[in-house]
Amino acid sequence: MRIALPWPCDARVAAACLAVALSAVALVPTSVAAQVDGEALYVKWCAGCHGEDGTGNGVAANTMLPRPRDFTLALYQVRTTATGELPTDADILKVIDEGMPGTAMPGWVDVLSQEERLALVDHLKTYSRFFQGDAPEPLEFSSATRGTDEAIVSGQEVYQSVECWRCHGQQGRGDGESAPTLEDDAGFPILAADLTENWTFNGGGTVEEIYRVLRTGLDGTPMPTFSDIVDAGVITDEQLWGLAHYVRSLSPEETPEVREVVSAKRITDGTVPETVGDEAWEAVEPIYVPLVGQIVVKPRWFNPRVGGVWVQALHDGQELALLVSWTDPSLSPDPTWADFAQRVIEIMGPGDEGAATAAGAPDQLVVQFPTALSDGMERPYFLQGDPRRPTNTWTWRSDAPDAVESIARGLGTAVPQPDGEQHVTAVVQHAEGEWKVLFRRSLDTGGAEDLVLPVGQAVPMAFQAWDGDNGESGNQGAVSTWYFLFLEQPTPVSVYVAPPIVLVLTLLFGLLAIRQAQWEATGAGARVARLPAFRLTKAVERAFGMGVGLAWLGMAAAAYRSASLGWDAGHSDLGFWWTVIAALMAIAGLSAMIGTFIHTLPRDEGR
Amino acid sequence: MIDRLWKARGVAVITALLLAVGCGGEGGGSDASGGGDSGPAASPVDAATAGHASGMVTFSGMAPANAEIDMSTEDVCAAKHSMTPTQETVVVGDGGGLANVFVYVKEGLESLDFPTPTQAVVLDQDGCEYTPHVLGVQTGQDYTLKNSDGILHNINASPTENRGFNVSQPVVMETNRSFPTAEIMVPLICNVHGWMNAYIGVVDHPYFSVTGPDGSASLQGLPPGDYVVEAWHELYGTLTQNITIVTGETAELSFEFNADMSAAHVPLGDPIDPMHPESHRTVDHQ
Repeated sequence: MRIALPWPCDARVAAACLAVALSAVALVPTSVAAQVDGEALYVKWCAGCHGEDGTGNGVAANTMLPRPRDFTLALYQVRTTATGELPTDADILKVIDEGMPGTAMPGWVDVLSQEERLALVDHLKTYSRFFQGDAPEPLEFSSATRGTDEAIVSGQEVYQSVECWRCHGQQGRGDGESAPTLEDDAGFPILAADLTENWTFNGGGTVEEIYRVLRTGLDGTPMPTFSDIVDAGVITDEQLWGLAHYVRSLSPEETPEVREVVSAKRITDGTVPETVGDEAWEAVEPIYVPLVGQIVVKPRWFNPRVGGVWVQALHDGQELALLVSWTDPSLSPDPTWADFAQRVIEIMGPGDEGAATAAGAPDQLVVQFPTALSDGMERPYFLQGDPRRPTNTWTWRSDAPDAVESIARGLGTAVPQPDGEQHVTAVVQHAEGEWKVLFRRSLDTGGAEDLVLPVGQAVPMAFQAWDGDNGESGNQGAVSTWYFLFLEQPTPVSVYVAPPIVLVLTLLFGLLAIRQAQWEATGAGARVARLPAFRLTKAVERAFGMGVGLAWLGMAAAAYRSASLGWDAGHSDLGFWWTVIAALMAIAGLSAMIGTFIHTLPRDEGR
Repeated sequence: MIDRLWKARGVAVITALLLAVGCGGEGGGSDASGGGDSGPAASPVDAATAGHASGMVTFSGMAPANAEIDMSTEDVCAAKHSMTPTQETVVVGDGGGLANVFVYVKEGLESLDFPTPTQAVVLDQDGCEYTPHVLGVQTGQDYTLKNSDGILHNINASPTENRGFNVSQPVVMETNRSFPTAEIMVPLICNVHGWMNAYIGVVDHPYFSVTGPDGSASLQGLPPGDYVVEAWHELYGTLTQNITIVTGETAELSFEFNADMSAAHVPLGDPIDPMHPESHRTVDHQ
C-alpha cells in the first residue's frame, strides 16, 4: 500500500514529513488555533515585511527583492498542489517553518510554537476569500527514482529538450537569453534561479523538492509547471525525475560550510598557474566565502547579486595565485541587461545620498588585506579599513584591462598606488554565467605599503563583489567579513618523523611505569624473572613517577604542536589524530603524576 | 500596414473572433453567424422576443506606434513574420476602427443563468504571438492554449477573481483550462518571450464581442430590457453605454476611444480586498 504524503519524501525524512503532515491535519482545526491569536502574532512577527493588511507592503518591504508575499492574492510558490491551486495548510506551514531560501524570509520553527505557527497559517488564509472554498487536493507524487548516472544523463537531455536553458542557461547559472526580461506577477524583476546553488532554491534543494517544483511550478514567478507535459506524454514521469536529479547534480553534494581559512598549497615543482583553466586548479579545493549586501555605509545596498565567491589559492614561494569564481549571468555592462539593471536601481534605491541612479556599471571584485600584520587579532575595519589601519585592496573591474592595487582607509577612499607600485595582475574569464578572476602577486613586492605575504602565517583577507547589471556600483555591492589566507609550507618532516619516535618513547615509559608498579605490588621479596630487580627509595620513586608524568606532558605538548602544524598545513586528518594523541598523553601524564603523588605520601613512609 | 499584418494571420484571428462571437450567439439561440451546433438547449432566452445590439468601436486622434519586437534570437518565430513584428497595444484599422476591444454586457443580465458552451475556444501561440490578442470566454468554458511554434512557451496567467497559473509548453501541444469566475480582464504573458501578452475576458453570459480592425462589435439575441454595455481596451481603459433592447430590433453601439485616454484606469490585476472582494471592481472612466 502506498501512503500518500503531502511531500515527496525519501526514507530519511519520511518520518519527519509524516509527523508534520499528521500534526498539521490534526491540529489545524480551530480548537487549537483558537487558543492562539493568529492576528496578534501576525502583527508582531510578520507585518513588518508583509504589511498589516497582508498586501506585502510592510515598512521593510522596499529593502527586499523579491518582495514579501502579498497574501491577498493567495498566490503561493511552494505548494504540493497543481498550478493555479491553493496551497494546503501543510504547504503554508512548511514555508513558515523553513523560510524561503534565497530570500529575506526566515524560518520560524525555532521561534514560534507549533500552535502559534498553525494559528498564523489560519490567519494568512483570512486575507483571501479563495480559502473560503474547498480545501485543495495535493498532487500525487511518485517515489524518487535512483540518481544514477543514466538518470542524470537522461535529465540533461530533458533539460535541453524542454528548454530549461532559456531562462536558467546552459550550465544552470540563470544566464539564459530570457533571463534579463523576467519579472514576477507583481511586475518586479526576478532572476532565474542559479541552479548551481541549491541551498538558495525557493521550495528547497533536495531532489524531491526539485521534482515537486517541476510538477507544481512556482506560482507568482515565471517558473511554470511541467506536469502538463508529463500528462500529455511529451516526457515520462521518470524523465522528469531524471531532470530533478540532473538539476540537483549541478550543485555541490553538500551545502558548503563556511570555513575561516583559505589554504594555499606550496607548489614545489614549478610556478603558480597563470591561467584560470590550468589543470592545477582541479586539485585545489574551492572554499566558499559568503557575501552580504553592504548596509553599513550609505549609500547602502539591500539586493546583492553575488551571494558568495569560491576561492582557491596556490603559491610557489615567490608568488601567490588567487582564483576567485562566482555566478554572474552577464558581463556587465551588457545592453540586454540594461533595463533589468535600471529597474532594480529604481526599485531598490534606498534613497540614500549618493545612491546609483543609472545602470551601466561594470562587474567588480575586490580582495583586501591589511597593509601590515598585527601581533594580535586586531584587524582593520572590514569595509576597506579605517584611517588608523588601512587596507591594501586588489580591485578588478570588467571594464578595465588589469587589476589595480590601492590603499584604502574606509569604503570609497581607495587611492591607487603609483604606476611603479602596481604589482597585481589579473587574468579573467566570463563563461556560461560565471566569472573567474585569477590574481597573481609576488609574496614580497618590495613596495613600502604592500603587505609581505608570509609563509606559514594566517593573513586576514576579505572580499567584495559587484554585479553591474544588477544595478550595483560604488558602495552598493556585496561584502564579506574577514577570512584568512594561509600560505602553506611544505609539510614539515617532523610531522611524519615524530609519531614513531613518540610512540616508542611512550611505550618505553609505559613499560617502566608498569614494571615499577608490578614491583611495588608483588612486594620487596618477590622477584620477577628476567627483569632486573631493584629497590627504590620513596624519594627516587617519587622523582621517577613525576619524571614520567612530566615527560608525558612534554610529549603531549609536542603532539599538540604537531596537531597545530597539521591543521595549519591543511592536513586536518593529521591535525585531528595528533590532537587525540596529545589529549591521551596529557591524561596519561597527569595520571602518572597524581598516582605517584598519592602513592608516595609521607604517611606511607612508616609502613 | 497594420491591416496587412492583420491579414497575414487573418484566418486565425477571424476564426477565433467568429468562435468568440459564435459562442456568444449560442446562448441567444438566434445568432445567424454562430451556428449553434453544440450549444446546450437550456437557454433562458426566448429567441422569438430577442433583440440585438451592434455598432462600432472607433479611435480618434493620433494612435501611438506599437513597439517593435526583436525576434532575431528566435528563428522559428522570425520566419513566420514577413515584416518586423510589433506589439498589438493599439491597433487601428484604415476605417478608424479600434481592434482588440472587449465589448460585453456588464449589467442587466444578473437574473439569468446561461448554459456553459461545450466547445473550446483557441488561444494560439504562433510566431511568438498570441492569436487572438484578446479573447472572450464564458465562465466554465474551456479555452485551448495551443503552441503552434514547437519551441518553449509558458503561459502565465495573473487573474485576481480566478486563480493564477503558469504552465509550460515546450513542444507543439495543447492544454485546456477554464475560469470559473467572471473577470475583466485576465492578463496572460509568456515569460520566455517577454513581449508576448494576451487578455481573456471572462463573463457569465454569451453576450460579448472582440473587435477586429474594422471596429465592429455585435451582441446578438439579447432579451428585451435595459443594459449597460462596456468596452474595454488594454491601454485606454473602459467606456460604458446604456442601451435598451427591443424585440426584433438592433440597438446601436458606439464607443469612441481617443489618444488622451491613456491615463484612464484599466481594470486589471488590482489586489482583492479580503473584506470586500467586489470593491476593487470599481472602474474609473469618463
